[in-house]
Amino acid sequence: MTYTTAIFYFFAAILVFAGMRVVTARNPVHAALFLVLAFFTAAGLWMLLEAEFLAITLVLVYVGAVMVLFLFVVMMLDINLDKLREGFWDYLPLAGFVSVLLVIEMALILGSRHFGLEVMGTPAPHPADYSNTRELGRLLYTDYVYAFELAAVILLVAIVAAIALTLRRRKDSKYIDPAAQSKVKRSDRLRIVKMQAEKGPVARIQDSGEGGA
Amino acid sequence: MISLSHYLVLGGILFAISVLGIFLNRKNVIILLMAIELMLLAVNMNFIAFSHYLGDIHGQIFVFFILTVAAAESAIGLAILVLLFRNLHTINVDDLDQLKG
Repeated sequence: MTYTTAIFYFFAAILVFAGMRVVTARNPVHAALFLVLAFFTAAGLWMLLEAEFLAITLVLVYVGAVMVLFLFVVMMLDINLDKLREGFWDYLPLAGFVSVLLVIEMALILGSRHFGLEVMGTPAPHPADYSNTRELGRLLYTDYVYAFELAAVILLVAIVAAIALTLRRRKDSKYIDPAAQSKVKRSDRLRIVKMQAEKGPVARIQDSGEGGA
Repeated sequence: MISLSHYLVLGGILFAISVLGIFLNRKNVIILLMAIELMLLAVNMNFIAFSHYLGDIHGQIFVFFILTVAAAESAIGLAILVLLFRNLHTINVDDLDQLKG
């Protein structure tokens, strides 16, 4: 057993274990943390496949951004776990049967008869000055530039949608609308009322003195 | 030596695990979203394995786009989830029956 073989089996075992724990964990926080482990391990396997840029991207984007978002949301929601776990064991026989069937079917087709080393050998390793990132960038900015821009638009739409969905106006906020503020007229703020002229205090005393006499 | 079929079967096992997760946690939207992420990871694993063994880098470009779309999808999904919890105080799939479909 060579070094890479040992590494592959080690990472594959961790990946399958983490995947199983993601779907069976009782607490969603634990599930999210095991998903982080799964992504990390998958990044290791992608390194083994010489996809360095994507491995780093997986760790940065998925572990760094998406999974942190997941953890935020999971910890923010106060959910009743027992209610959500109802029927977990009832579905297990059918679910187990379907997934074992899936694995067997896929192993039959994807097994070493069609995709083994004899059919598809290990490619020659790249020279030392080969840069996976440079190759990817060259393709992305030439052949796939249109798709790349579409992906940027999708991300923009996602930002706008996520903010628009979760934004809410608080009723007690001291928010000031500058447009309404500058549009205000004198008549909105100031009311001129007509009334009898008030007399001064001295005049009033004289008034009451005359009345008494 | 590790052959292509090793990686493909590993991807298949991961995919089956996420199908299992969707079956088991059909009431919990959060775990359903995580199972979908795991499914996408399995697909990406296949893409990269083929890309490596066929010596064709175009497969990695596809993984790049899948990662982009998956990030957008999970951001919007979590936003919908937060909105749902704010309005109904539950994320149980059974209670989400306002659209009488």
